[in-house]
Amino acid sequence: MEKNKEQKMKEKQYNEYVEQVTPKHNGALNFIKAFVCGGAICLIGQFLLNMYLHYGHPKEVASAYMTLTLIFISIVLTGFNLVTPITRFAGAGYLVPITGFANSVAACAIEFKKEGQIFGIGCKIFTIAGPVILYGIVSSAFFGAIYYILLQIGGIIR
Amino acid sequence: MMNKRSGKSTVIFENPPVILSGASIVGKKEGEGPLKDLFDLIEEDAMLGMNTWEEAESTFQKKAAEKALEKACLAKKDIQYIFSGDLLGQLIATSFGLMDLEIPLVGIYGACSTMGEALALGSMVLDGGFADNILALTSSHFASAEKQFRFPLDYGNQRPLSASWTITGSGGLILGKGDQKSKNKPVVTSATIGKIVDLGIKDSMNMGACMAPAACDTIYQNLVDLGRQPEDYDKIITGDLGYVGQEILIKLLKDKGYDITSQHTDCGIEIFDRETQDTHSGGSGCGCSAVTLAAYILPKLSSGAWKRVLFVPTGALLSTVSFNEGQSVPGIAHGVVLESRKQL
Repeated sequence: MEKNKEQKMKEKQYNEYVEQVTPKHNGALNFIKAFVCGGAICLIGQFLLNMYLHYGHPKEVASAYMTLTLIFISIVLTGFNLVTPITRFAGAGYLVPITGFANSVAACAIEFKKEGQIFGIGCKIFTIAGPVILYGIVSSAFFGAIYYILLQIGGIIR
Repeated sequence: MMNKRSGKSTVIFENPPVILSGASIVGKKEGEGPLKDLFDLIEEDAMLGMNTWEEAESTFQKKAAEKALEKACLAKKDIQYIFSGDLLGQLIATSFGLMDLEIPLVGIYGACSTMGEALALGSMVLDGGFADNILALTSSHFASAEKQFRFPLDYGNQRPLSASWTITGSGGLILGKGDQKSKNKPVVTSATIGKIVDLGIKDSMNMGACMAPAACDTIYQNLVDLGRQPEDYDKIITGDLGYVGQEILIKLLKDKGYDITSQHTDCGIEIFDRETQDTHSGGSGCGCSAVTLAAYILPKLSSGAWKRVLFVPTGALLSTVSFNEGQSVPGIAHGVVLESRKQL
């Protein structure tokens, strides 16, 4: 829809005014909370890794067990509706590690189960995680290509 | 016949419809808020024993309808039309909730302004002589609204401070011609149908800012059409602008020459305590204005504490599709004038 100049001007002014009166979260405080909580989750991860290593698993296996354990814990927390109160405080500190990813998949599975196995869970389980998976794979392919080219160049120069 | 229209968009009722009863049924969180003692029923279980959030919302509507009938001492057959709506796609809460009542239904959509729309339309039908009694009803449910508009309920995310909290509940009012018995009950004297107003806000987590210009337009039009000043109302009560929207509305109306600072309040502000309930800007949803009207505003009018109230539910006209396609969020608001007839 074409908007005339006067309307555009009005909208711009109003958007600027709304920006002024809208309260915002305290960015610095959120950073600190996220840092501490994210760090705490990584610490738990490290503890788990050391534990699995201690029981004699090779490094790669121990690392996979550690990841699986964190995912499991996050899914159980999601089932008991405990992630929402945690993230209210922790924010990206919970969402960025694997725990957030597990939560986004489990939450969709729980919510859309009512719509059936195919059209509910099947179609909608990756509603939130889907973009991360898609663009994660696309960008890893892209950077892999760059890495490959750089390796070739390095080979020639040497 | 007298001219029932006044000014650009206001109608004046020749035989003001009488508000025979109001029913409000809410969820647990609303039942812990400042209005907790005023609601007819507080449901501890957000599912109401149903299997899905949508079915639960439908049940809220049905229960509110039955409660309103009971309080008005009327039977289903006495109601000629229901005017009802909700926030879910294709109004499924309404259609599945009210099917069993077998009363002719006018399904309406005005987002969270639906209660205003229902009251205005119902009053017109009554004043036009097409019905003796009508039911105006709306509902919303936190979980079904989150699922449709935002994220699954168990997904952990942080809400911006400008965000509002969709209330769980349903409110219904029965309006009728009234008789000798109901001569002390409040009436609907006029209504101002709002137009869509869009000032280009694209942030769907700041509904107050999206809807405030529409509320401003409707209140301004009501005052101009009826030749009134803000002081002619004891209260001017918007639907769900919240704290952010309230500040903007008061400023916008001041720019137009009307100061409503001392009259204005908002259902979204009244229904929750933001300090203890973590609801940020306030309550929202179709049910927010409906239950606040039935539980809080009507008793004030019935007792004569307030003589005349301008009730202005506000709606944000968006869908996830329009939002994802980059459209702004237009607002709409409908004004209904409610007056007390209580002789002090």
